[in-house]
Amino acid sequence: MSASLSRRSLLAGASASLIAAPAVAQGTAHIVVIGGGFGGSSVARSLKQLAPNIRVTMVEPNRVFTACPFSNEVIAGLRDLPAQQFTYDGVARSGVEIDFTHASAIDAAAKRVTLADGTVLTYDRLVLSPGIDIRWGALRGYDEAASARMPHAWKAGEQTMLLRRQLEAMEDGGLVVMSAPDNPFRCPPGPYERASLIAWYLKTKKPKSKLILLDAKDNFSKQRLFQQAWSQLFPNLEWIGLSKGGKVSSVDANTLSVTTDFETYKAQVVNIIPPQRAGLIAEAAGVSDRSGWCPIDPVTFESRLQPNIHVIGDAAVAGAMPKSAFAANAQAKVCAAAIVALLHNRTPQEPRLINTCYSIVMPDYGISVAGVYKPGKGLLMDIEGAGGTSPLQAPDSTRKMEADLALGWYNTITREVFG
Amino acid sequence: MARALINVPAKAAKGEIIEIKTLISHPMETGFRVTFNGTLIPRDIINTFRVTYNGVEIFAAELSSAMAANPFITFTTLATESGTLEFHWAGDNGFSVTETATLVVE
Repeated sequence: MSASLSRRSLLAGASASLIAAPAVAQGTAHIVVIGGGFGGSSVARSLKQLAPNIRVTMVEPNRVFTACPFSNEVIAGLRDLPAQQFTYDGVARSGVEIDFTHASAIDAAAKRVTLADGTVLTYDRLVLSPGIDIRWGALRGYDEAASARMPHAWKAGEQTMLLRRQLEAMEDGGLVVMSAPDNPFRCPPGPYERASLIAWYLKTKKPKSKLILLDAKDNFSKQRLFQQAWSQLFPNLEWIGLSKGGKVSSVDANTLSVTTDFETYKAQVVNIIPPQRAGLIAEAAGVSDRSGWCPIDPVTFESRLQPNIHVIGDAAVAGAMPKSAFAANAQAKVCAAAIVALLHNRTPQEPRLINTCYSIVMPDYGISVAGVYKPGKGLLMDIEGAGGTSPLQAPDSTRKMEADLALGWYNTITREVFG
Repeated sequence: MARALINVPAKAAKGEIIEIKTLISHPMETGFRVTFNGTLIPRDIINTFRVTYNGVEIFAAELSSAMAANPFITFTTLATESGTLEFHWAGDNGFSVTETATLVVE
């Protein structure tokens, strides 16, 4: 990437306003944030940082946040769940009021949010960062009950541990079947990182076992890097893409079988990564479209469907930007700066955003893809020539360094957002 | 490089309507795309798909440039007698693939 340009622009997009922004004169503005993940917690804290006089209320049902990045390592037994968990003490300390409950209704016209306990919050602007929900029933046979036997583990927590326990309990020689959905979905390289780490776990602990990854796509993130690693390291992993009949058409949780148009696989452990949509509150707010995701303005992240409601993170249609914690955090900063500008009747600056997705293939083996994005054609577009992926040919030391960088990134972002 | 997948039920009752699914790996290059240099990428598509059941044609399709890569075609037919289904794809550049499947009708 061109360091001078992107660095300058990034600063302009996010933190420069931090220095420049005067406090809101009357201090009466109230911003409500729904969702306390990487996006929601980041936007709430950024708003308080940029304009301490603004009142910020965050609505989040869980008292402990469980992070998805690095949860694939938990599944493979390389890490424990507490390393993924954070309280909201840090967010509260920065002056954000937190309501630990669900938001049950949103009245966009009246600018009102009703909480599960009946409390009504009125807002000047609302930020939704609801993450994803599973489209139950979109894959025949895969409903909430089925996920207790065939975990998705695509929201970190109990599901993550369930999949880990199933792998640990499986006898050597058992077949593991995973399925990856069609685009778009949370964490594009995630299924392939998970497949790598499960293959590594099987290779080291259950060498007679095999993993089949059924995929509704022929192309995926960091494909050449993953496939190169698989061919060198994991003969026990078979990837079957769309054109080889990899699209799953139905599952049966009772018999642990997974059916494509051409074959039925009977497995000992099944991990279904199902089709997804924006978190359900997005539909209640009227900000999601028929795709199930939320179209936004790429400068302010304001919804294209409802005024005064902004959507960030996995729920948003962010063009070329992937659904990742890194992206949610970057979008949160841009969105916070835009909201402060709008409250002051200033024109929000056109942002530059950055994203990096690290993936761990096995211990001491990391790969990454980075991109830089700018508004264009009503979406966020990839800036060509900026960013890049890890080299295809690289010594072990490079892979080790990237694994270290991945952990460094995780420690940094979780400290920034929750610390 | 072509690889065809076929799903025909192994057994069916006489008079039963059975679903048959096929998927073949093929780029289906439209003939309308150009390279960086502006030269046209020649068309390379499957033109026809024919299925016979004990020698009698039961399904045929003409494919065109508008069809996506790796055509997935599914259709139904009536199970009348035990025998062989033959699937034939033919296309540009001499492309020709034939696969068979056996059906037992009880």
